Amino acid sequence: MSTNQPTPTFDLDGRWTLHEQVSIRPERFGALLYHFGTRRLSFLKSPTLLAVVQSLDSQPTAREACLSAGVPSAELPSYRTALAALAASNTICERGS
Amino acid sequence: MTVTTMPLVEQFQFGLDAPICLTWELTYACNLSCVHCLSSSGRRDPRELSTAECKGVINELERMQVFYVNIGGGEPTVRSDFWELVDYATEHHVGVKFSTNGIKISPEVARRLAGSDYVDVQISLDGATAEVNDAVRGQGSYDTALRAMQNLADAGFTGFKISVVMTRQNVDQLDAFKAIADRFNAQLRITRLRPSGRGADVWDELHPTAAQQRVLYDWLVVHGEGVLTGDSFFHLAAFGDALPGLNLCGAGRVVCLIDPVGDVYACPFAIHDTFLAGNVRSPGGFQQVWQHSELFTELRRPQTGGACHSCSAFDSCRGGCMAAKFFTGLPLDGPDPECVKGHGELALARIASGAAPKPSLDHSHRGKSERRPIALTLGRNAGGNRAPVSACNENPLANFASVAGAN
Repeated sequence: MSTNQPTPTFDLDGRWTLHEQVSIRPERFGALLYHFGTRRLSFLKSPTLLAVVQSLDSQPTAREACLSAGVPSAELPSYRTALAALAASNTICERGS
Repeated sequence: MTVTTMPLVEQFQFGLDAPICLTWELTYACNLSCVHCLSSSGRRDPRELSTAECKGVINELERMQVFYVNIGGGEPTVRSDFWELVDYATEHHVGVKFSTNGIKISPEVARRLAGSDYVDVQISLDGATAEVNDAVRGQGSYDTALRAMQNLADAGFTGFKISVVMTRQNVDQLDAFKAIADRFNAQLRITRLRPSGRGADVWDELHPTAAQQRVLYDWLVVHGEGVLTGDSFFHLAAFGDALPGLNLCGAGRVVCLIDPVGDVYACPFAIHDTFLAGNVRSPGGFQQVWQHSELFTELRRPQTGGACHSCSAFDSCRGGCMAAKFFTGLPLDGPDPECVKGHGELALARIASGAAPKPSLDHSHRGKSERRPIALTLGRNAGGNRAPVSACNENPLANFASVAGAN
């Protein structure tokens, strides 16, 4: 599972967006995501992470999406890891790409 | 992350506001008469949901944000409105994965399917050779399935699923199944044989032996990431390492079944009044049944584990499959009949012959000898080193992949 792998690289200062084929369903624990292209289900394990993902589009960078969702600077590395996993599964992708 | 969350598996135990996905059997009609059919299909039921009623269910699923449905039967493609319903579902943001024996997958249909990102196809195949397959699924069914696969491959449909129910006769064909999947650029999916429907009549002869269970587990440990299982072998987790998937019975918690007449059951393997939660035709529809039925509320309460609770493996296998226990006459809070610690066999020995509950419904074709004896001498493995399988076919957690979490 991707979360157990060494920290992948992820550009927090890049412009990111949710993949157009991904649907999000908010849940008590965070959210369920389904990618209609890869037909894979994923989970967001906290409401904060959901807020980050939902604001990727409206914020200039992933870092600002984190900060606007209330992520303390000290926790940015763990969110970066989570976003890297989402990028690796093509759940989120760089805008304009 | 500062948020402390329960592990997902615990979240799921208490149920979700909507299923992650669900199984929807559109008709009891089928051109085949597979000996292990878990819905005892064959003849259409006159009370089956109409086209308009099916669209009403799809509207509800869209509102509830159910990402996709696993459509089956019977043979769903023999419904004259099948393609209309598939189109309606995908237009309403409900993805479709349908299971078929391949009878209607012509080159034209295959080309059409290849053009949609929102439809996935699953071809049933229970033997890597015609001999093994047709003994269970009927003469000619192997050729039908392989023709459908060829048509899909020729149309450029990659990644369709080949779905295999693991039996005593095909456990030693695991590598051959994988080779077939690779040949068609498809994905192999293997699930557990359950003693549900007509499966109850053949379970004793067909379910993998204890030694085969081990073979299966070992094979899954090696190939698990590349092979889908519908999370159906979680009872094998008691052998050691957990298998990919959530390893949880999702019945009534994250999955359920809608049958052709609109009845809602806890899971596709539990078509019996005991597991009937309600009907989509009743006031409040499917959502009411899912969120408020007595049965589903009960299934979402913490389970005690009963006789299994003191077992060292309980945290891994969680007592196994509810349906497998029920239809072999075992108590639901006791061991799975295929318990890898052997507790199931001991418990089964105490069940009087004929004492197990019978399925509530039977739509089998009449007049033909469907329940013919199974040829058990298909020539493998006299030494018996094969693994049995358990099968939770349509657990919605089947495909789940990356868990993204920062904590």
